[in-house]
Amino acid sequence: MTEIIETLDMLEPLPDIGGAAQPLLRVDGLTKHFPVRGGLFAKSKTVRAVDNVSFDIAKGETVGIVGESGCGKSTTARLLMHLMERNSGDIIYDGRAVGRELSLRELRRGMQMVFQDSYASLNPRLTIEESIAFGPKVHGMAENASRALARELLGKVGLRPENFANRYPHEISGGQRQRVNIARALALSPRLVILDEAVSALDKSVEAQVLNLLVDLKREFGLTYLFISHDLNVVRYISDRVLVMYLGEVVELGPVDDVWDKPAHPYTRALLAAMPSSDPDNRTQTPPITGDPPNPIDPPSGCRFHTRCPFAEAVCSGESPKLTQIDAAGHQVACYMFIPGATHSKAPPSETSLS
Amino acid sequence: MTAMTDTALQAAPSHAARGYWATVGRRIIRDKVSMICAAILLLILFGALFAPWLGLADPYQGSMIRRLRHIGTPNYPLGTDELGRDMLARLIYGGRLSLLIGILPVILAFVIGTSLGLVAGYVGGKVNTAIMRTVDVFYAFPSVLLAIAISGALGAGIVNSIVSLTIVFVPQITRVAESVTTGVRNADFVEAARASGADAFTIMRVHMLGNVLGTIFVYATGLISVSMILAAGLSFLGLGTKPPEPEWGLMLNTLRTAIYVNPWVAALPGAMIFAVSICFNLLSDGMRSAMDIRN
Repeated sequence: MTEIIETLDMLEPLPDIGGAAQPLLRVDGLTKHFPVRGGLFAKSKTVRAVDNVSFDIAKGETVGIVGESGCGKSTTARLLMHLMERNSGDIIYDGRAVGRELSLRELRRGMQMVFQDSYASLNPRLTIEESIAFGPKVHGMAENASRALARELLGKVGLRPENFANRYPHEISGGQRQRVNIARALALSPRLVILDEAVSALDKSVEAQVLNLLVDLKREFGLTYLFISHDLNVVRYISDRVLVMYLGEVVELGPVDDVWDKPAHPYTRALLAAMPSSDPDNRTQTPPITGDPPNPIDPPSGCRFHTRCPFAEAVCSGESPKLTQIDAAGHQVACYMFIPGATHSKAPPSETSLS
Repeated sequence: MTAMTDTALQAAPSHAARGYWATVGRRIIRDKVSMICAAILLLILFGALFAPWLGLADPYQGSMIRRLRHIGTPNYPLGTDELGRDMLARLIYGGRLSLLIGILPVILAFVIGTSLGLVAGYVGGKVNTAIMRTVDVFYAFPSVLLAIAISGALGAGIVNSIVSLTIVFVPQITRVAESVTTGVRNADFVEAARASGADAFTIMRVHMLGNVLGTIFVYATGLISVSMILAAGLSFLGLGTKPPEPEWGLMLNTLRTAIYVNPWVAALPGAMIFAVSICFNLLSDGMRSAMDIRN
């Protein structure tokens, strides 16, 4: 048995084309609007679930996406996986535009996803081994080889294959199931793994184990992660860079420590202030922001946050602020308070007026 | 290393290296009710298949002086019918047509309806609308009326009644199949399968079929009794089986004139229909719980 495992081959990963300088994934102007039928004669409306989202993921990096429920995090993940058609925008995987230079089938090998609900994401009728082996078989691996690979991957995610391979999903715990889901994602030798709230449903101790497993696997398989979560502590722990989303738009992005220590956008500040403190003397006393996010069916004009923002001024409800770089580390924010020369009272003076 | 201990320690292998269907088979064999029902059905089926070699009386041979004998009369263990024919022989021979008319339309409708429902549920959108609205047209008629109308249009005869009953059941099964499929289609594991790059056919075969068949199957077996009763109705109207052919539904109809004279004998064909349909229903329930491997 052990000899078989050692001589085992995984599927060949997609080739590294552009080298380290080329981002593994470049997302440009990704947009998804859902039409909402308002009844037979009502005017149809659209939900702007994801609106003009652009970002890069460098090779070997972990990028986190944070935001409230309904801000478009999961829709972004599904759009990237092409489980949903996008309205517009380009998705470029290692220099190759998906749908033009890179086929969907190839993309599936290069990019895999782990879902939040560990139970719903495994077929209850298949054993764990069969679930993991399914992907490789689809991509032409022989039955025996794919099963051997499944067993090897079970070992890699910390589950003894002899104990777990022939079990059904309902027979194992939530943490174990999520390990199986990770193994299933790895079975296609992806270079990018999207983790959509992958540890959110686990209890804290199991969550920590799975996070450590993810860190180990990343090193072993040379993976790149897109880590979606609403848990800010977890995102800080695992991410190199972070994107903050609000109502389908990216409001701030940058290195995670930078954003956490010097949050620029008022929404990010509010989000971070809402984190419960473990120090009883340092409790959050006043709510950082009030109210629910506005209805995405009819998002506010201009900066979408201006209806809840304590610093909102006239300029904020006009045109949408563009993401603007505010330091050398690549920290960007979409807020008029940081756009040089904007008419907001707190905006820095424009460079021309300085000189 | 603590990560390993909790996960790796548990678990003695429970379902050894068995396939899903082997496990289901093992579970159903342990279920007493299902096994009794299966035995009764097999007995009736055996009788129907081998009737000519069981040494029975001629089911067509009547006698005016031996009409409506009671159950337990010597030589006529189950009595005689209104034309003096041996009831035991007629009941066993009757299983041939009754089972055929009861089961075959359901099997045909199961195959057609499941395919239509799977496609409608999985593909969704315009395909779904096209299939389901067409099905709704048939669904709008009461099934008895629809069966009579189609049989009337096609003409009398056993083949035509099987065709008409199939047409009656296809919409019902399609409907159930579509709703189950739609439910499973949105499950995360189907998304995950799509994300692995599998084509629609493979996803349907590996991930959908096993999760939808159970429910459709249970529903379809419940239709067998309906099918037998509808077939009896068609025979009564002269659109299905014709006398003197032994068939339970037809026998029930002709014996109804004797219900005050010899109610027990008159009830026998009904008892057969009842036994067969309740056995099919219980067996399908047993199958469903055996297929729900979570318990």
